[in-house]
Amino acid sequence: MTKARIEARFAALKAEDRAAFVTYVMAGDPDYATSLEIVKGLPGAGADVIEIGFPFSDPMAEGPPIQRAALRALDKGMTLARTLELVAEFRQGDQTTPIIMMGYANPLVRWGYDAFARDAAAAGVDGLIAVDIPPEEAEPLADALDAADLSLIRLATPTSDDERLKIVVRRTSGFVYYVSVAGVTGVKEADAELVAPNVARVRVASGLPVAVGFGIKTPERAAAIARVADGVVVGSVLVDEVAAALAVNESVTVRVLSKVESLAKAISTARAHPVSA
Amino acid sequence: MTIPVLPNDYAAYPDASGRFGDYGGRYVPETLMPLVHELEAAYRAAKADPAFQAELSGFLKHYVGRPSPLYFAERLTDHFGGAKIYFKREELNHTGSHKINNCMGQILLARRMGKTRIIAETGAGQHGVASATVCARFGLPCIVYMGAVDVERQKPNVFRMNLLGAQVEAVTSGSATLKDAMNEALRDWVTNVHDTYYMIGTAAGMHPYPEMVRDFQSVIGQETRAQILEIEGRLPDAIVACVGGGSNAIGIFHPFLNDEGVKLYGIEAAGEGMESGRHAAAINGGQPGVLHGNMTYLLQDAAGQITEAHSISAGLDYPGIGPEHSWLHDVGRAKYLTATDAESLDAFKLCAELEGILPAIETAHALARLSDVAKEVGKGGIVVVNMSGRGDKDVATVAAHLGRSI
Repeated sequence: MTKARIEARFAALKAEDRAAFVTYVMAGDPDYATSLEIVKGLPGAGADVIEIGFPFSDPMAEGPPIQRAALRALDKGMTLARTLELVAEFRQGDQTTPIIMMGYANPLVRWGYDAFARDAAAAGVDGLIAVDIPPEEAEPLADALDAADLSLIRLATPTSDDERLKIVVRRTSGFVYYVSVAGVTGVKEADAELVAPNVARVRVASGLPVAVGFGIKTPERAAAIARVADGVVVGSVLVDEVAAALAVNESVTVRVLSKVESLAKAISTARAHPVSA
Repeated sequence: MTIPVLPNDYAAYPDASGRFGDYGGRYVPETLMPLVHELEAAYRAAKADPAFQAELSGFLKHYVGRPSPLYFAERLTDHFGGAKIYFKREELNHTGSHKINNCMGQILLARRMGKTRIIAETGAGQHGVASATVCARFGLPCIVYMGAVDVERQKPNVFRMNLLGAQVEAVTSGSATLKDAMNEALRDWVTNVHDTYYMIGTAAGMHPYPEMVRDFQSVIGQETRAQILEIEGRLPDAIVACVGGGSNAIGIFHPFLNDEGVKLYGIEAAGEGMESGRHAAAINGGQPGVLHGNMTYLLQDAAGQITEAHSISAGLDYPGIGPEHSWLHDVGRAKYLTATDAESLDAFKLCAELEGILPAIETAHALARLSDVAKEVGKGGIVVVNMSGRGDKDVATVAAHLGRSI
């Protein structure tokens, strides 16, 4: 499956004229069992693609929500190995939803790229986003992922000019993740009007679907992005729901999944009911 | 990790991709990559421009106070009874440490690039003070990220930065020390990509910083070389320097890398002792990995999470080390030893009493291994220590450890 699972999902959504809803959750946040329950519930709540963060102690591109999520997970002993176990448990009940792992280089370096790619594919992972491994450093990782038929998902950003985009999209597959704002996750808000021409540019450069993330916080914003992009990535507001539920002692799973449902509804109906600007 | 083939020219690194053997590189989020390339191109051009070098030399002479003296530490030499000991007096620089050498170079580069906002990270506050100083001198706004724990234990330096017009941002994320300050500075840079220059304080981080900071600090070794040749008519047998990120050490080592008769010793902070696990010795107690843009030795657990460093010295309290040191260790050109908090305090007192110089507690780590090195080299030999900073900032810390109130 692997690469094929991502391609099949984006192709099916394109046929329905619907943007993919890509949900990010942190593995092990607030604990292993609850995060597994959340991940299992995501497809039913409307997620089309699942990004699973594996925690790192020093996540330099994350804003406070995902920093805190990583610390909650690490406090409960979450590791890259346990993250793969979580994916494998999820895969027993779902063979079609693509799983993209997202995180930082050092846990991957410690594991070894080749061993990681092999073990991740066996667990049912389809692709990887390594936030701090740019194309200049990615050749050994790309080789390892290719050998395991996993997609290397690349980030394109507002600082990527046309020359840079050519480098960014080399050896990438599945889709391209367009980072809609220069900044860390979950702080600035994305502007659909500014994003649209860049999505088009990345689509042309890559020949792949383009999902947009960083700074999408509300159903309205998600719908606006869904009209111009092939996918909408939401992460920080979901992990904030974990924190909010813990603070008031509510069910974390219920709160996260109900947030997913409201965003999913906005995204799935965005193109059917266009709103004039 | 593969051990690189022993090179013929140690001084020829990094390679075009910013690597010292397996170490170094540019592990940064994509948003920053165009900026990293822009910085490298701007630095290459400045390095080759005689006008830039002349401007830098002028400021180093008249503002920083270079050249710093090479001083024969006669009483310490007699005390150890081994090789002749010389101090390279970087603590006499403006702002009290070697940090200003790098800041002066980088501020001139930032101006040349048209950047209008400077950010920096700091641990002990020495790099923060040096950054705030050059920003004041050139009229640029300066934001210094400093771990909340360090803000608390280095209050005089925080106030000093404020007096110089800098804004000090206390960082509460993670362990609230130097590594977290660096995370937060990187988050600022990725958010303010158009006008901001990130002034990294040590020879670490993503390429080209390890090379650039080393080049700006190499003035220490170049002067030392000329001075010892003038005084003694020959090169030293050994050079000793403390190593956190390692900028003072690489600055004095680098001009001697191809002189294989000159032994190089970097001293890492062993904190409460290597066996205690509470230390900051990345090479002696860590494994290679990726943090803050470079592949290097890091304190980390088996799952690749960065673990906290521990040292009496806020300036050495960092879980990594510059990539060139990692490489020099692997190829065997430099030796990396350790000194504990207690040994460094003893060396601090000894230096104050015998030479009338209060060393920075960072520098005291180098002094703590000096007796071993001086004895190994033996009578008739010459050892140079990089006196990288002065200890006025540390008197409260030292008093607390001696159980005295001031």
